[in-house]
Amino acid sequence: MARYTPPEQSRFMQWVDIIFVVAAIFLALWLPLQAGWAGVSRSIVKIENPTWEALGQTPAQVEQWVKLGFADAAAAHDIIQNKFDYTIDWVQLIILAVVIAGYFIFLFRASDKEYREVIAEKFNDKNKKK
Amino acid sequence: MSNATASAADTVKKISLLRILGPGHVWALGVGIVLVGEYTGWNFAADKGGTLAALIICWVIGLLYTSVAMIDSEVTSTVAAAGGQYAQAKHIVGPLMAFNVALYLVFAYTMLEVSNAILIADTVKAYAGEGFTDWHYKGIIAIVIVGLAALNYRGVLMTLNVNFVITAIAYLAIIVLFFSVQPWSQGTILKLNEMVTPENALPYGWIGVIAAFHWGIWFYLGIEGTTQAAEEVRSPARSLPYGTMAGMITLLIGASITWYICASLMPWQYLGFTYYPLLDAGKLTGSALLENMMFAATILAALASANGCINDAARAWFSLGRDRYLPQWFSAVHPVYRTPYRSIIFLVPIALAFAFIANLGQAITFSILSGVLHYTFMSVNIMMFRNKWPLGTIQRGYTHPFHPLPAIVLLALCVVTYFAIFLGYGAQLTAMVVFYVIMSLWFHFYRYRYVKRGDQFTMPWPKPRGY
Repeated sequence: MARYTPPEQSRFMQWVDIIFVVAAIFLALWLPLQAGWAGVSRSIVKIENPTWEALGQTPAQVEQWVKLGFADAAAAHDIIQNKFDYTIDWVQLIILAVVIAGYFIFLFRASDKEYREVIAEKFNDKNKKK
Repeated sequence: MSNATASAADTVKKISLLRILGPGHVWALGVGIVLVGEYTGWNFAADKGGTLAALIICWVIGLLYTSVAMIDSEVTSTVAAAGGQYAQAKHIVGPLMAFNVALYLVFAYTMLEVSNAILIADTVKAYAGEGFTDWHYKGIIAIVIVGLAALNYRGVLMTLNVNFVITAIAYLAIIVLFFSVQPWSQGTILKLNEMVTPENALPYGWIGVIAAFHWGIWFYLGIEGTTQAAEEVRSPARSLPYGTMAGMITLLIGASITWYICASLMPWQYLGFTYYPLLDAGKLTGSALLENMMFAATILAALASANGCINDAARAWFSLGRDRYLPQWFSAVHPVYRTPYRSIIFLVPIALAFAFIANLGQAITFSILSGVLHYTFMSVNIMMFRNKWPLGTIQRGYTHPFHPLPAIVLLALCVVTYFAIFLGYGAQLTAMVVFYVIMSLWFHFYRYRYVKRGDQFTMPWPKPRGY
């Protein structure tokens, strides 16, 4: 296999590459925040005029809540009643599974193709030198 | 970055990183990055599944990370190059995988660094009282990120010496707190059986335990960062396995103690809500001394973690430049301090920007997502490594036992963790994977043309089996 000589990249294009990578990183991190995707599936199950008993707290637990600065049940209500919703959205789960599986399949297949070139050049060169 | 500069970069490249670190520094790097997870983050597992779920995943995820440490020790003690798993991927799987692994590393560590800076600012804010403005908050974040970057710029030995000291203090603080609450005498200060009852131990049932895997990662996330020091340790074959395994033992003990203290002092809903479980534990003892000690230790743990993260993210970025996966300009080594200074500086504004726009929970989730993608790679990587170079064909610094069991356990736990992240953060996870797909297409179809082929393989190994 002939030894591959990469083209020289102009200074301008190196900057373009850097800007592309940085922009992509920012988009990947910033977009979910802006679009509200970064939030979690949960909601507050409201109890009117809550008491510690209604919130399911034992006397020992109440003592700790008070030490932590929660004077009454109303103050702790939103923390205690903030529940996760673990209902599975099967469509979203299947999409996610396909995206992850597709990503890794592409990754390993494309990597293998590139790797074969690396090995061919590295070890063919070595053999020629011998 | 013209041709002339590229030639200059070739010259600069000949100045290598310094081989100056020992096993203690490897321990300080790994534990330093991770220990903050005991001070914040792991407790959100209680939020997702209850206090007992947090204990179950503490040990199950401990198993995942023991597998990570075993696998990593074998591969890194053999592929001793900066970039850690990036260098492993390059030699074992292929360039595109290596590019992705480096991005996982940069994302995981930079977002972890951001989380630490936010945690420090939040902790100070919680105690500062009135008069603490948004400018003070942002000022603390900026000082932490820029100050630690300057320390990293100055030299790896000083950076990790500092990390060793502050990590040891933060770890000792947990031990002191543990003995101060008289763990041998339940009912005196600790009230485990009154905080964790049969009714509230698993409030969401077993689905909650699975969901808790997401935050359980935070008990240990970053221990694999020890491999980033591979090119700077005096003896990779000895220092990396010792440092990494000692780090895992330290963390398993620390995580179990932390759970025991916090679970015995706080109702599970509060434990899953607070950003400072150990600091709150100190407060609940009623001792001002313990509370102040945990306040200082929280900040020290976050500083140690951010410090190690800057070290690791910069080395991953530096390695990408060195192999031309990114412009070679990033691969320069400082002529005096022998650090990847351009990479260190380049990542500072990115960290600052996200520290100003993200909150702690979001930054941690970004970091965890990249970590799990990374561990998925590691499980396949070790199997390919053993297939391509079976035992006896190359010299290994360390050979991990029970292969392929750790790899299978790791892969299985990664799949469970994807599902756990999906339970609550599905859209975010999909968005992140789409990002990696786009970057992979960019690299494979465009950027890779600038990469020298055979030069990427630098290990003195025979041709891999099957090629």
